[in-house]
Amino acid sequence: MNTLPFLVAGLLALFPLVESTFYLQLLTKVLIMAIFAMSLDLLVGYTGLVSFGHAAYFGLAGYAIALMAPQYETVSLWWSLPAAMGVCAVFAFVIGTLVLRTRGIYFIMVTLAFSQMLFFIFHDTKIGGGSDGIYIYAKPSMNLGDVQLLNLEKLENFYWLVLVLTVAVYLLLHRVLGSTFGRALLGIKVNEHRMRALGFPVFRYQLASFTFSGALAGMAGYLAAAQYGFVNPEILSWHQSGAVLMMVILGGMGTLYGSVIGAFAFVLLQEVLSNQAWFGIAAKHWQLAMGIFIMLVALYLPQGLAGLLQRFGRKPVVEVADE
Amino acid sequence: MDFAFFLIQLLNGLQYGLLLFLVASGLTLIFGIMGIVNLAHGSFYMVGAYLAWSLSSLTGSLTAAILLAVPLTVMLGMGLERLLFRHLYRRDHLYQVLLTYGLILVFEELRSVLWGDDTHGVAVPALLSYSIPLTDNLSYPVYRLAISGVCLLLAAALYFLIQKTRLGMMIRAGASNRDMVQSLGIDIKLIYTLVFALGIALAAFAGMINAPLSSVFPNMGSQVLIICFVVVVIGGIGSVKGAMVASLMIGLADTFGQVLVPEVAGMIVYVLMAVVLVWRPEGLFGRG
Repeated sequence: MNTLPFLVAGLLALFPLVESTFYLQLLTKVLIMAIFAMSLDLLVGYTGLVSFGHAAYFGLAGYAIALMAPQYETVSLWWSLPAAMGVCAVFAFVIGTLVLRTRGIYFIMVTLAFSQMLFFIFHDTKIGGGSDGIYIYAKPSMNLGDVQLLNLEKLENFYWLVLVLTVAVYLLLHRVLGSTFGRALLGIKVNEHRMRALGFPVFRYQLASFTFSGALAGMAGYLAAAQYGFVNPEILSWHQSGAVLMMVILGGMGTLYGSVIGAFAFVLLQEVLSNQAWFGIAAKHWQLAMGIFIMLVALYLPQGLAGLLQRFGRKPVVEVADE
Repeated sequence: MDFAFFLIQLLNGLQYGLLLFLVASGLTLIFGIMGIVNLAHGSFYMVGAYLAWSLSSLTGSLTAAILLAVPLTVMLGMGLERLLFRHLYRRDHLYQVLLTYGLILVFEELRSVLWGDDTHGVAVPALLSYSIPLTDNLSYPVYRLAISGVCLLLAAALYFLIQKTRLGMMIRAGASNRDMVQSLGIDIKLIYTLVFALGIALAAFAGMINAPLSSVFPNMGSQVLIICFVVVVIGGIGSVKGAMVASLMIGLADTFGQVLVPEVAGMIVYVLMAVVLVWRPEGLFGRG
């Protein structure tokens, strides 16, 4: 591990000194999506499991915080964040035992179908306010005893919390992927049968990765819901799953920092394309340009932006995904 | 539940299932033969429905609209296969997912630009717009029966095409060994184009004939797509027979679910899928 990630994180930490409103919120959103994308990269880039239903865990955690928070008061971050991630981990574990019985294309379809199931549960029943969703009136609190450590209602404080968590997730995943466990996951991605023949409990490794990934996606969803102060079923729609998969590919899968770059690029592109001042009437139909862009990436940039960097010899990509 | 009511639900369930079969059979054929996962399949269902609506308001007749729209969707399918899908045959599923996801966004926005975001109704053809009385106050619309009949005819034609004709033989051979078929002098590229266009046209046709029942609205494709994924997973990927059995299962389970246990009806199809996954992960008729 080199010092570049720390340098980037240090520079990002200084951002609230420059800008404190709109772009700070945008950057917060980027970092949250970066956590989400890294959690998916663990599955797609390192375990070889293409999940098209990752928004399920993101959205579930969003609903978890909305339902745990008392209506007009704050909820303590100390227990509600782990609880939300725990709910996601349990759900991912159950879904994982089912979907990991399938491979390849089945896996894609089944993960999508189960996330849609969750979508319809929240959309059709009253649990989470139906299709209208629920408001979260106050940001979570960070108190130590009676002392307030950090007031998250302040944009820059919330931003710093998200930044610290992003760095923590990056370091944690980096650590995990460098361990024997992470190496075994890569082995499974490249050749499952060989790993099984070598005596690795492939299913258990995949399930562990799936569960872990779900919990991390939950962290991102928790933060996203806290940031917007609002959840509705759209948070777990398949467009969300598609968007995060796009971030992973756009950045370059199988490279953790690629997911961060991908989240940056995707969110910024979305902002630019839907900017009415620049594109006028076309901005209303920004999804058209986005769709074309996604297709071009799929056709011509399979290794993503990280792959481009590698091609110019800037920085070696740790693990290049095989076709 | 008395008999007439039961009969109505049964017919509705069968009709819904048969309609799903039209969409799902294309999906499963395109996957089974070409190895392509097509997320945009639901978009073609939507395109079909919108074509039926706009052309029937132009010509004043749904039948004329369908006759005009089917060749259009076949051409659309062939064009897209040549332009886009052809480049994906040997690529990882991941990129197919991404490309077809991009295609969904493009179709949805084009729909919004061309046809707007409103919901539209489509009139049932005059010839079929009456009902058969079952009891004093219950009756059954003939149009639904007609849909079921057309779907059954198409299913039979599909079976005949794939199992009994020379073209079907080439298609099946192409599914199991592309290179061998090519070296026997058969134009496999043309066959792929045809199969793809056939799948697209089936989905679009389903959208057209169902337009009077479901009406025409934005994002109508994604709902159908997800249910068809469930159908394909239950039936087994690449199996047309499996698609038929699973479509009817889902159609009946969903229809009776809505009536008997409306609170959890949305869940039933997914529970069914989970059970099949535990019992036979490769699907009921999949090649395990």
